[in-house]
Amino acid sequence: MTSKTYAGKTVEVDDEGFLVNPSDWSEEMAPERAIEMGINELTDGHWKVIRFMRSDFQEKGQIPTIRRIKNAGGIPTKDVYALFPEGPAKKAAYISGLGKPQGCV
Amino acid sequence: MADEKIKKVSIVVSKGSLDGVYPGLIMANGARMEGIEANLFFTFFGLETIMKKRMDKIKVATVGNPAMHLPSLLGIIPGMSAFATSQMKKEMDKLDIPPIGEFVEMVHDAGAKLYACKATVDMFHLTMDDFCEQTEAIINVGKFYEVSQGGQIIFT
Repeated sequence: MTSKTYAGKTVEVDDEGFLVNPSDWSEEMAPERAIEMGINELTDGHWKVIRFMRSDFQEKGQIPTIRRIKNAGGIPTKDVYALFPEGPAKKAAYISGLGKPQGCV
Repeated sequence: MADEKIKKVSIVVSKGSLDGVYPGLIMANGARMEGIEANLFFTFFGLETIMKKRMDKIKVATVGNPAMHLPSLLGIIPGMSAFATSQMKKEMDKLDIPPIGEFVEMVHDAGAKLYACKATVDMFHLTMDDFCEQTEAIINVGKFYEVSQGGQIIFT
C-alpha cells in the first residue's frame, strides 16, 4: 500500500491509485486527481457526475455504473463519455475517490 | 506486439437468443468503457438485436440447450422459454445489465457503431426501416472488413 498527497492531505491508495478509504476524499482533492486522469479542468458537468457518484455511493454502498449515472443520476451516457473520455466509469470513480469499478457494465 | 494494448474491436453477433446477444453487447460496451473503439456487426439471427419489433422479445432457448439442465420435454411447454427469460432478466437487472433495447442505445451512446449485415437483410427482405435508429448502416462483408481495419475481430 502506498500513500499520496492531495490538497495537502496524505491518503492511502492502491496499486492503481484508487483510494483505499473513500471517506478520505474531499472535493479539494478532485482537481489534482483529475489532472492525473488527463482532465485539466473540472467543469460543472464533471461536478454533476462526481457529486452524483459520491452521494449514490454513500446511499447504496456501491460504485454506480454508467447505466445508473444515466437512469438515477439523469446524466446521459453520451455526456459522461464526453466528460471522461477513454474510460468514463474508471476515471469518474478515480476522481471521485471511490474504488475501481468491478462490474462488467 | 503481445503486450500492446487493444485499441479496436469488431464484434460479430450471429445468434438471436438471449445468450447469443448479451455477450456481444457486454463486450462492445466494455470495450468502450476501456477507451477501445468498438464496432458491432449483426448477422443472421443476431440481426434481431437491432430490429425495432424484435429486440425486446429475444429469449433464451429452453430446448436443445443442455446447460439449462432442463429435460427437452419440459422445455417445449408453452411459456417455458418466456419464464426462463424473465427469471434471467431479473438476475441481470440486479447487476445493472439493461434490457436489450436500452443496452443497444447505451452501447451506441458510448460510441460503438452498429451495423446490419447486407446478405441477411436481403435474405429476410428487410429495409433500414426495420432497424432501430442507432443502426449506422447496412453493410456487406467487404465493408465490414474495411471498418474493422487495424482492429481485432471477434465472432460470437
